[in-house]
Amino acid sequence: MNQASTPARHARSGHLSPLIHLLKATELDARLVGTVAALLLIWIVLHVLSGGLFLTPRNLWNLAVQSSPIAIMATGMVLVIVTRNIDLSIGSMLGFIGMIMGVVQVDLLPKLLGYEHPAIWLLALATGLVLGIVLGATQGFAIAYLGIPSFIVTLGGLLIWRGAAWWVTSGQTVAPLDNRFRLLGGGPEGSIGAAWSWMVGIVACAAIVLLLAHRRAGRKKLNFALRPMVAEILLGGVACALVLAAVAIVNAYPWPIGSVRRYAEANHITLPEGGVFIAHGIAIPVLIAIGVGVAMTFLATRTRYGRYVYAIGGNPEATQLAGVDTHWVIMKTFILMGFLAAIAGALSIARLNAATNSEGTLAELLVIAASVIGGTSIAGGVGTVAGAMLGAVLMQSLQSGMVLLGVDTPLQSIAVGAVLVVAVWLDTVYRRRWAR
Amino acid sequence: MRSAPIPLVEMRNISLAFGGVHAVDRVSIDLYEGEVMALVGHNGAGKSTLIKILSGAFKPDAGEISIRGEPATIDNPREARQYGIETIYQTLALADNLDTVANLFLGRELRTNWRTLDDITMEAEARKVMSRLNPHFQRLKDPVKVLSGGERQSVAIARAILFDARILIMDEPTAALGPQETAQVGALVRQLKSDGIGIFLISHDIHDVFDLADRICVMKNGRVVGTARIEHVTKDEVLGMIILGKCPPAALPGNFADYGAARPREFI
Repeated sequence: MNQASTPARHARSGHLSPLIHLLKATELDARLVGTVAALLLIWIVLHVLSGGLFLTPRNLWNLAVQSSPIAIMATGMVLVIVTRNIDLSIGSMLGFIGMIMGVVQVDLLPKLLGYEHPAIWLLALATGLVLGIVLGATQGFAIAYLGIPSFIVTLGGLLIWRGAAWWVTSGQTVAPLDNRFRLLGGGPEGSIGAAWSWMVGIVACAAIVLLLAHRRAGRKKLNFALRPMVAEILLGGVACALVLAAVAIVNAYPWPIGSVRRYAEANHITLPEGGVFIAHGIAIPVLIAIGVGVAMTFLATRTRYGRYVYAIGGNPEATQLAGVDTHWVIMKTFILMGFLAAIAGALSIARLNAATNSEGTLAELLVIAASVIGGTSIAGGVGTVAGAMLGAVLMQSLQSGMVLLGVDTPLQSIAVGAVLVVAVWLDTVYRRRWAR
Repeated sequence: MRSAPIPLVEMRNISLAFGGVHAVDRVSIDLYEGEVMALVGHNGAGKSTLIKILSGAFKPDAGEISIRGEPATIDNPREARQYGIETIYQTLALADNLDTVANLFLGRELRTNWRTLDDITMEAEARKVMSRLNPHFQRLKDPVKVLSGGERQSVAIARAILFDARILIMDEPTAALGPQETAQVGALVRQLKSDGIGIFLISHDIHDVFDLADRICVMKNGRVVGTARIEHVTKDEVLGMIILGKCPPAALPGNFADYGAARPREFI
């Protein structure tokens, strides 16, 4: 029965080049491929304009670290936008939760447990995560059960949480943070080093291969249509190559000489002439972002909750008539968003080694832009976690690229704003022309 | 005429008002196994509201529902499904962005032991049911928005029968379809009838009604004009009921619950 449509498909795609044919056979999302292409283009342009400064291990490593909080929040924003909602409050929420985590680890816990107690970082983080869940649940309840539009609730949240962030310490910056907590922000100490990075890379490659094989075996058992073997190998090969290349890049970025000297002193090692090469490896915040990305992809594609999120985006009434508790699904989505804002907050203050009440200002716009650029349709129902994370890297590339080029801050804002509008326009064109 | 006179569904004296408007005003209707009961009337006559009460989308202000003679409370669509009531809505109630498999199992996804979605088993089940309904149906993994009207209708019907519905509500099942697809749906309705499924058919199309229904219930302004066996009335009489609210002698006028035990048997 399946063969009936195949000749027609072949006829339609007969005039396409073999390369495009192969790309189609991999069943990759066209939008995702488009985002990757845009990202590569931007990288190359920035590399040329900056005179070869952009595509260096050092810059790419920093880019990854800087992208992490935005990418983490974008994974949740995708689901929020897919359900036809929006969250404008996450930047302020990040700031408020960051302040609380700062105060807990700098002012409160040291008094109770003693300075630099090993449990401080964990308790501070846990406080932040719980607070994120509570804030998200509050907003989610107002949206899902009280029926207040998410735009209004989270616009209110934007003002409320930012005000609350100031109120925690009357605007004072909280610093320096707990030494263990700071590892969440990256830096030479907050990276896992070359050997562990290779380990992570190899495990990731093994997981990719196993996943593809498992999927293929499952479909084969039930005699479903399979991807051509060439496409499978191409897909797995490219994915593994990218993973290993990324590991090679972060392992090519050495510790700065100051950190090496301090490390040597602390461990009573005499440095040889010309110093030693200690690789950064994967930064902890990046590792967290990747973990969040994998978990959120799993949630979005492999669970009932994720299925309902997309169904609500496609047809809320139908989803409710199908017996789904749509209110609860929406509330859960906002709880998740609050939780992710808390993780992003922890990474942000850890990187700065300080909690300030302005942390995360305008982050919500970067996150929304990242989601949309990554293929999330603002009309709801469509979007992927992976796309949004790529979008976050793209937004961060633009931003740090412009910093490298010495572009003035106001001009940076203009560029970011323009990119957002153009991205949504492209999305509209795409849907009108190709989505049938 | 019928050996077991216990109706599959009986809704008695149902009322529901929105604001001051009596959308449904003391309406009674019943349905037997293997029977098609047509529910007709103008837009705003209260047909869809009545049926949404049965499917759990609305709660009535007053009235009782019994299923197989047992009093039933239906507070939400999930509970309706537990009674074996499935609804195919006029608007199809499909999530356009999801594929056929996801739509068929929406709200009742099969899961693996790990509580993740069992996509492969769902796809296999979907393939089975779709090939029974519509052998030409291919595109299980495409979003349903790219399907034709008839294909979408097949998906909506397949969703209802996938979980062994005993009571099927079809709201304008042929409104968006061409003649060939309409005939297909007609054949399907007869097949479901012969399986002993009771069907409420809401339709504007008087030809469809005379083609498929066993009995007809006409509503106007939230009330029942009359109920009749389809072979006892003509199309013109039915049109008179719909437009003028005039009940012909072969139909039982008004709310049958008002007759109590004295309800004449020939109208059942």
